[in-house]
Amino acid sequence: MYGDTSIQKPMKIAKSGSPEEAELERNFQAKIDADIKIEANDWMPEAYRKTLVRQMSQHAHSEIVGMQPEGTWVTRAPSLRRKVILLAKVQDEGGHGMYIYSGAETLGTSRETMLDDLRTGKAKYSSIFNYPALSWADMGTIGWLVDGAAITNQVALARCSYGPYSRAMVRICKEESFHQRQGYELLITLSKGTQEQKDMLQESVNRLWWPSLMMFGPCDDDSPHSAQSMKWKIKRKSNDTLRQEFVDASVGQAKFLGITLPDPDLKWNEKRGHYDFGEIDWAEFYDVIKGNGPCNRERVNNVIKAHEDGAWVRTAAEAYAEKHAAKEDAA
Amino acid sequence: MSSMTQKEALTAYATQIADSSLFMGHRMSEWVFKAPTLETEIALMNCALDLIGQSRSFYTYAGEAEGKGRSEDDIAYLRGQTEYRNPLISELPRGDWGYTIVKSYYYSVFAKLFFKALTLSSDKQLAAIAERSLKEVTYHVRYTGEWLLRLGDGTQESKKRTQKSVDELWDYVGEMFIMSEAETQLLQDNISTDIAALRGAWDQEVEALLQQATLDVPTGTWTHEGGKTGKMHTEHFEYILAEHQYLQNRYSGCEW
Ligand SMILES: [Fe+2]
Ligand SMILES: [Fe+2]
Repeated sequence: MYGDTSIQKPMKIAKSGSPEEAELERNFQAKIDADIKIEANDWMPEAYRKTLVRQMSQHAHSEIVGMQPEGTWVTRAPSLRRKVILLAKVQDEGGHGMYIYSGAETLGTSRETMLDDLRTGKAKYSSIFNYPALSWADMGTIGWLVDGAAITNQVALARCSYGPYSRAMVRICKEESFHQRQGYELLITLSKGTQEQKDMLQESVNRLWWPSLMMFGPCDDDSPHSAQSMKWKIKRKSNDTLRQEFVDASVGQAKFLGITLPDPDLKWNEKRGHYDFGEIDWAEFYDVIKGNGPCNRERVNNVIKAHEDGAWVRTAAEAYAEKHAAKEDAA
Repeated sequence: MSSMTQKEALTAYATQIADSSLFMGHRMSEWVFKAPTLETEIALMNCALDLIGQSRSFYTYAGEAEGKGRSEDDIAYLRGQTEYRNPLISELPRGDWGYTIVKSYYYSVFAKLFFKALTLSSDKQLAAIAERSLKEVTYHVRYTGEWLLRLGDGTQESKKRTQKSVDELWDYVGEMFIMSEAETQLLQDNISTDIAALRGAWDQEVEALLQQATLDVPTGTWTHEGGKTGKMHTEHFEYILAEHQYLQNRYSGCEW
């Protein structure tokens, strides 16, 4: 109930640096080059496994921590329809988290271990969730921009070389698109509302635009793991390529909402066929990653508190299960 | 005997049912990112979604019955404290996991018996909404009941904590079975149901489960009341409304 105990271990074991390993590694890369998916029981280099566990657990943590900023608005939703949409969305994110944790467990790391790393601060999650949700408009902006950026990333990940991750992304992307449409629809309603509602919308986008661009990670020149991940097809497109796709898609959507994006350098570049945009505040980006964002401590503390508050419940459930398993054995 | 027209009584009746579901759901939705496990968190959100969904159906019907063009949200959001008619149990704080489980178990067993009876209402629409709601709360009874067994028959600590919740919440049970004015009036035409008559079945079902959970069955007969009449809500209620109505109060007359 609280974790998968049937965690698969790799089947073939070859001594590191041995000729057998070199052969396995050649076959592995050949499979990847031929776009054949790697499955849980296939041989894979330890570094590939580690990279995937890191990335998938980070991804799952993002889904879970991402429930916090939106979760606080459920009781304040201004209509019952919006309340239900928001609650269902937050619930979906929890489901995404569980689904990706299970995917990562196929690589031999348990959900509990991954969550431990989240609680001790060893594991990261998307830095966007270290920004606060301050207004109702944020419930729309998060759907539009944050789920939007997530989709841009995840559509690429749906083609990643690891089968369980790729399949999880296909399924999750459908729900994320739904979230994005609902978020955008919320913003359209605000954009047609009173001046106060329009101001609320603009303020929210001003605040969340840049953090959303940061969701694609450091620029390609500063992205240390990228080359290897591309070769392994864990990553299919570079950070900057994805970021550009996202900006290009967002400009028209912002125009339709009658709002401006907070970037004076944003303009169409005929020659490139893309929008040029301003420089991200990388100092802020690295600050937030290091733990110095507006909500870092709070987010992790909430995860810890829920875990600690629930300890007696989990213990009780285990004790009950043991007692009753013993009774059944005796019967 | 009554100063209410039939229309007013039906509106009031649908509204009081909706209020109960709404605030039960409200409290459950507070468990987002606070539950003991991901599974329990998602399960509780499911229950909250069911309950809020039920409230929407009943509010919408209340608006239709009234015939003055009020929407579900007009009724759900734009009232003062004393106009809300939920039993007090639904507005009590979420407490710890055991408190929430006991609270929603008590409520869900009531709701199951109530909706089952309401499926026989002469009002076809009430009967139809009751039919749908019955499936949902039947699942809530099962889910919270299973947890009650684990908590009661789990560890010393879980037993102690849960017994305390069982005892404290017992004093809020009686109000669920007190007929409101609208409820009494609508009984003549078989629109409402005689909830006072459901108490025996409730006692039987709950006592059996508490015993199975190795918990003591409370014996008190006194009950808190005041929610269903609107005369006296708990101190917690205005805080719920402060959150619930915040945007509607701050920016009145907007589309959301
Ligand atoms: Fe998600
Ligand atoms: Fe999403």
